[in-house]
Amino acid sequence: MIEIADLHKAFNQGQHNEYWAIQGVSLSLARGQVTAFMGPSGSGKTTLLSLIGCLARPTSGRIRLDGEDISGLPERFLTELRRRHFGFVFQQFNLIKGLSARDNVMLPAYPLGLPHRQLTERADALLAQFRLGHRADARVEWLSGGEQQRVAIARALINDPPILVADEPTANLDTALSREFLAILGELSGAGRTVLLTSHDPLVLDSPQVERRVALRDGRVVEA
Amino acid sequence: MTDWFHKQRYLIDFSLAALGRRKVRNLGLLAAYSLLVFVLASVMLFTQGLRQEAKRVLAESPEVILQRLVAGRQDLIPPGYLEQIGRIRGVQKMEARLWGYYYDPVVKANYTFMVPGERQIPSGQLVVGPALARERGLVAGNLISFRSYSGRLFTFQVAEVLPQASELMSADLVLLGAEDFRAFFDFPAGHYTDITLSVANPNEVRNVAAKLAAALPDSRPILREEVQRTYASLFDWREGMVLTVLAGALLAFAILAWDKASGLSAEERREIGILKAIGWETGDVLRMKFWEGVLISLSAFLIGYLAAWVHVFHLDGALFRPVLQGWAVLYPHFRLTPQVDGLQLATLFFFTVFPYTAAVLVPIWRAAITDPDAVMRT
Amino acid sequence: MSLRPSTLALGGLALGLAGLLATWAEAGLQAQAPDPGTPALVRELGLTDPALFTEARYTRHLALSDRHAPFQDHPLGFDHFPSASLVAPPRHD
Repeated sequence: MIEIADLHKAFNQGQHNEYWAIQGVSLSLARGQVTAFMGPSGSGKTTLLSLIGCLARPTSGRIRLDGEDISGLPERFLTELRRRHFGFVFQQFNLIKGLSARDNVMLPAYPLGLPHRQLTERADALLAQFRLGHRADARVEWLSGGEQQRVAIARALINDPPILVADEPTANLDTALSREFLAILGELSGAGRTVLLTSHDPLVLDSPQVERRVALRDGRVVEA
Repeated sequence: MTDWFHKQRYLIDFSLAALGRRKVRNLGLLAAYSLLVFVLASVMLFTQGLRQEAKRVLAESPEVILQRLVAGRQDLIPPGYLEQIGRIRGVQKMEARLWGYYYDPVVKANYTFMVPGERQIPSGQLVVGPALARERGLVAGNLISFRSYSGRLFTFQVAEVLPQASELMSADLVLLGAEDFRAFFDFPAGHYTDITLSVANPNEVRNVAAKLAAALPDSRPILREEVQRTYASLFDWREGMVLTVLAGALLAFAILAWDKASGLSAEERREIGILKAIGWETGDVLRMKFWEGVLISLSAFLIGYLAAWVHVFHLDGALFRPVLQGWAVLYPHFRLTPQVDGLQLATLFFFTVFPYTAAVLVPIWRAAITDPDAVMRT
Repeated sequence: MSLRPSTLALGGLALGLAGLLATWAEAGLQAQAPDPGTPALVRELGLTDPALFTEARYTRHLALSDRHAPFQDHPLGFDHFPSASLVAPPRHD
């Protein structure tokens, strides 16, 4: 259960270009659901996602993760929390070029210091799950867009986080690949993972896999 | 502990993979870096080896050498001079020496002709230094002729070639009997080149020198400690000269290294953001970069140092030969005794490994503390 | 599974460090058995200078050479032999 209470987020606070991206959002998100944040660009959906995902700290307000207040934690603890609870799939995929698909998948687990064999096996299993077993040793820049996204999803899952955060996941995919992504989304949700995503792609928003839609505008929830 | 070790290995894996993406550039950097350490370490080891060898063998040279000056120039010791010195307390042994230089037009080299104090060399025979023997192609039993300064031709038989191990000191020596020496150089009877004195108590040496100067105002005593000190500073001077010449190269490398290490590309900045977003701490990013700096600089240090060791002590400092030899024809082939000076090694380590690692780490600091959500915003 | 890069790198560094220690060991071993011939020869002949600079009479025995010869115009003026650019004028107190 993720509870958000009266959340505000300002950028460049106190300066002439001060900008409030989130202006009082209160929400309650259930575990195991696929939730989509929608709204025009600049509506604050990506900012909200990065606040929930512990990538940034709110200016005011509270975020509770399973009852624990995570909004005021120092960076070290936020990193720890992020690693344990969240997996990220970015709009640009943000894979590290020059590294193999397997190495990219393993990256989030490096700071944990697991035995190498164990980690490799886990990464290979994830790659196999997303039909990328044969591409494990290929450099990521040689992969197609769809393959890159599946590597990004595998990377997000390497630490087995309960919550998957995806920012505009279909922005760089064609229709067929977007449908494929939605199918994966369904599988993950079916396996009990919470999925939070932002999108303004009707294909995603209207799909049956998305169980809840939250519409944002100007940093406020307009429809939940 | 094992977790820590596993983690460091992952970080090393990552920094190696990152380095591997610009393979040519980074290998080139490593090569330039190793070469620099190699030259620095070679100069260091070579001068250190020479210094130590000079110290070791010159410890056996005479405590005092007395020269006579006439009109400010060195002149022969006339007959009766030795007796004038008389008895000086503390002097164990006094010996008048005969030696001089000879220019051999055949190979255009200068030789040192010398009459040994104890060893008796029969008339008509020579003992020659190893470099000379090599240059003239001599072995024991060969005959060799020298035209003396008076124009007469003298033929000698080579009785022996001095051992190669002593070549650093004996390369150009020609040892012969006193009679032969006087005949060859038309050396005036009863005259000598200089006088050596041995003094038993090292504290007495300066007193003896003062007494000599008082007794013989036209003499110049040369003390062993002065010679040793001069040689020590001579090799320091040489080291300094080479290092000064190298300073330009050093500076150029410093600029290259700084540019390479500190110029953080937008790509690298983005990657650091990604790493932070997917769960790396600031410390992990810094540690990863630290390993990058250590891997490059420590490898360069080890490669350069070991290559310098082989060059100086196993290949006889072959690259320094032209510099040292200059225009000389006879150059000793000598093998220095390997020396490790812990302080020098530490200095070399500090000045090569430390600055590069720092240059890698400093610029990353600011990039590493950027907010992880920067990735989401771009 | 292929060798990890860190295995290669750490192995290489370990090898290099072993080489460093080996140089130490070599120096230690050689220091115990220095060649006795050269000091004996130096003692016998009263030698004062290594035979490194034989190009001119006054550079051969730097310790004994007439102090005016190699630096005729100025105590620090270099003469035209290459070795003179490497060798400081002898110090006499």
